[in-house]
Amino acid sequence: MKDIFFKVIGHRLFWPLVMLVVLIAINVINVPGFLSITVNAEGNLFGSLIDILRNGAPTLIIAVGMTLVIATRGIDLSVGSLCAIAGAMACSIILTSPDPNNVGTVAVAVLVALALALVLGLWNGMLVSVLGIQPIIATLILMTAGRGIAMLITEGQILTVQSTPFKFLGSGFIYGVPFATVVAAVVLALVALLTRRTALGMLIESVGINPEASRQAGVRARGLLFLVYGLCALLAAVAGIILTSNQTAADANNTGLFIELDAILAVVLGGTSLNGGRYSLTGTLVGALVIQTLITTVYTVGIPPIATMVFKAAVVVAVTLLQSPTTNAALERWRSRPKPTKTSSRPSEPVVAR
Amino acid sequence: MPDSANPLAPTEAVTTAPVVEMTDISITFPGVKALDGVDFRMFPGEVHSLMGENGAGKSTLIKALTGVYSIDSGEIRLGGESVVFINPAQAQAAGISTVYQEVNLLGNLTVAENVMLGREPRRLGGIDWRAMRRRAKDVLEGLHLHIDPNSLLNSHSLAVQQLVAIARAIDIQAKVLILDEPTSSLDTEEVAELFRVIRSLKERGVAILFVSHFLDQVYEISDRLTVLRNGQLVGEYLTPELLRIDLVQAMIGKELTALEDLGSRVHATEKDEEADAKTVTFLSAKGVTRKGSIAPIDIQVDAGEVVGLAGLLGSGRTELARLIGGVDRLDGGQLKVNGKVLKLRTPRQAIKHQIAYSSENRRAEGIVDDLSVRDNIILALQADRGWFRPIPRKRQDELAASYIEALNIKTPNADALVRNLSGGNQQKVLLARWLAVAPRLLILDEPTRGIDVGAKAEIQKLVYSLAENGLSVLFISAELEEVLRLSNRIVVLRDRRKVADLVNDGLSVDDLLAVIAEGAADSEIKTGAAS
Repeated sequence: MKDIFFKVIGHRLFWPLVMLVVLIAINVINVPGFLSITVNAEGNLFGSLIDILRNGAPTLIIAVGMTLVIATRGIDLSVGSLCAIAGAMACSIILTSPDPNNVGTVAVAVLVALALALVLGLWNGMLVSVLGIQPIIATLILMTAGRGIAMLITEGQILTVQSTPFKFLGSGFIYGVPFATVVAAVVLALVALLTRRTALGMLIESVGINPEASRQAGVRARGLLFLVYGLCALLAAVAGIILTSNQTAADANNTGLFIELDAILAVVLGGTSLNGGRYSLTGTLVGALVIQTLITTVYTVGIPPIATMVFKAAVVVAVTLLQSPTTNAALERWRSRPKPTKTSSRPSEPVVAR
Repeated sequence: MPDSANPLAPTEAVTTAPVVEMTDISITFPGVKALDGVDFRMFPGEVHSLMGENGAGKSTLIKALTGVYSIDSGEIRLGGESVVFINPAQAQAAGISTVYQEVNLLGNLTVAENVMLGREPRRLGGIDWRAMRRRAKDVLEGLHLHIDPNSLLNSHSLAVQQLVAIARAIDIQAKVLILDEPTSSLDTEEVAELFRVIRSLKERGVAILFVSHFLDQVYEISDRLTVLRNGQLVGEYLTPELLRIDLVQAMIGKELTALEDLGSRVHATEKDEEADAKTVTFLSAKGVTRKGSIAPIDIQVDAGEVVGLAGLLGSGRTELARLIGGVDRLDGGQLKVNGKVLKLRTPRQAIKHQIAYSSENRRAEGIVDDLSVRDNIILALQADRGWFRPIPRKRQDELAASYIEALNIKTPNADALVRNLSGGNQQKVLLARWLAVAPRLLILDEPTRGIDVGAKAEIQKLVYSLAENGLSVLFISAELEEVLRLSNRIVVLRDRRKVADLVNDGLSVDDLLAVIAEGAADSEIKTGAAS
């Protein structure tokens, strides 16, 4: 019984989940109807929890890609800029087309935006794997240059689009569920399948844990890095399109601003170490939900906007402290301290081979 | 080579008071009693070897003494006074200095900074760099180590780094010096140098705790032995009074037949139909070289042949193995496998051509410690197939289970993380990884370093039976007995050149040592250019 208790406490997702529950509880106290989910006249789900799932979708989508990048000991700072580029690309194509409301036009716009992001992601992959530039520097290049590229695409304007199919991507519903949420769920499921049903996940972890041992075992890290940075950029573009659609405008300067930090935070809260290696997509999901709930809480509790960042930081500090090795070690000590009766736990046979 | 004439027998030591006295020490980890009522004492001016297989409790005892672990029960007395160390810094302040097996220094700092770290001489509120360098230089020269104190530690070999660690420990003016596997990465000359230093420290009255897997070294340097097994004390002995065979039996607690068996088997097959006409050359290298690493070398390995590479540390053993294994690229020369010329650029290509290289650096280049035993075993096979063709889970389990059984890997299950296994079992997991890709040539670089006697014998046996099944093995070990026991042929390297290619028909360690030392004298010993 006690063992189960400690097993639960020691689980890497325990404290993020506790934080999630606490945040939701705070909201419930402040907003009595927080947990209620209603169906409106058009048959769509409405409620604060649904908002969290919808608004958190872009962060989650990016965090999924970021998880894989971080597992290889890398990091991708350029995802925010890639959001802006993808949004700008899609919007400018829709605006220059004769019929912005045509589904085909929007489809082309989205595909071109995704393709462009993929190319830029492969560029990141090239810098990291072929040229051997440190990931933080390699992606910093696109982080700074990316908003410039977006600016070139929008020609310095904020592109406002009036396109029903495009607007659907960010704020539409499918069977009553927000489309963005569905996209996030599909992305999470697909990436989980892609990495866990093939050997991709294991090889990524292997490279992240011990690159030289992996090389000597014949693992081609280069290909994996291209793939991982490409995928991360692709997912950033998906998130960027959802964000842009939500705002019905492409803003080269502000779309996806600082989203890379939220995504990295979600990954770390989810228990994936920045040192690379073992990763958990479930953890990333929990991390992204914590962050979005936190943002919601800021509004419901009525924390003044000036203090928002400080509040966010305080929560993050609390969770990371609880997850830290030092805390876990202290917990372990506390756990093993009362050791009244346990004597016969000895290997039955000396470790000797004949 | 047992040296029965030990000049260092401590006759009077028993009468002096011990500087360290540990009584009835117990430490329990979750599920395991790591130490169970162990007594241990150290006398000033004496070298005390702590012996035991992996998992016997040697490291735990050392960590208890140095304040890394807190003890559950028992008492530690230092110079007669009862002490409790909460952390290693306290133990160090009390005069207990430790040099760990894995060099615990900062590679990106200079040698001088490493020697003086935490005790930098100060001047005007800053660090007195000149005094620091001077003092570091003095200590290093006391060890006959003539290196620039301003050079980065990383730029030196592991052996030199080890000596720097010892220099650091000496400078602290320790009363007790703990050397945990200090010789595992040193060559013979460096070991002799280290022993000279140890003897001079003895004369100064320092009590030295010495841990090594090399029995020769233990017998050469230590005055007293304490043997642990499974966390319990087996006994304390005076070295000259304990026969080697008794020591080994005390350590493993079983009759030691494994190694002896093997010895006879080697020679049995040796004589069989070894020289039959249809030996097939699997690998032949002509003038393979790499700048700054190894001079042009010819080497040939036949199918089913075990070729030993002998030579001192830094003689080019590993460098040659890495070239053949595709880990480093050739600058010149030609590599032929089955008569076809190969251009290996990566280990991956070597594996494709059925050449597997198992690195000497198990932790840094071998195991992937946060992955499971299963994943580690299938890693090379899976990498060869590519990520999009996963090995079915059922097949993975079969592979893991069969290798865990065949190699007798001690692990709770295939899902256990490799980091939680002992060194010997990690090495077996690595062997399983390479065997899983079904190589024709297996290059084993120090496969038995730092692992216990039992696992060592098992690995040697395995090499033997692999060769009997037609696998070629290139076997590297610093232990000449081991090379002699296993190899059909021995290539001797010195100063990054090949100095001899010997057929192993009853060579002795002394023969081999002579070749390693003299090199040119190879014509006097039977040489053979591999039938």
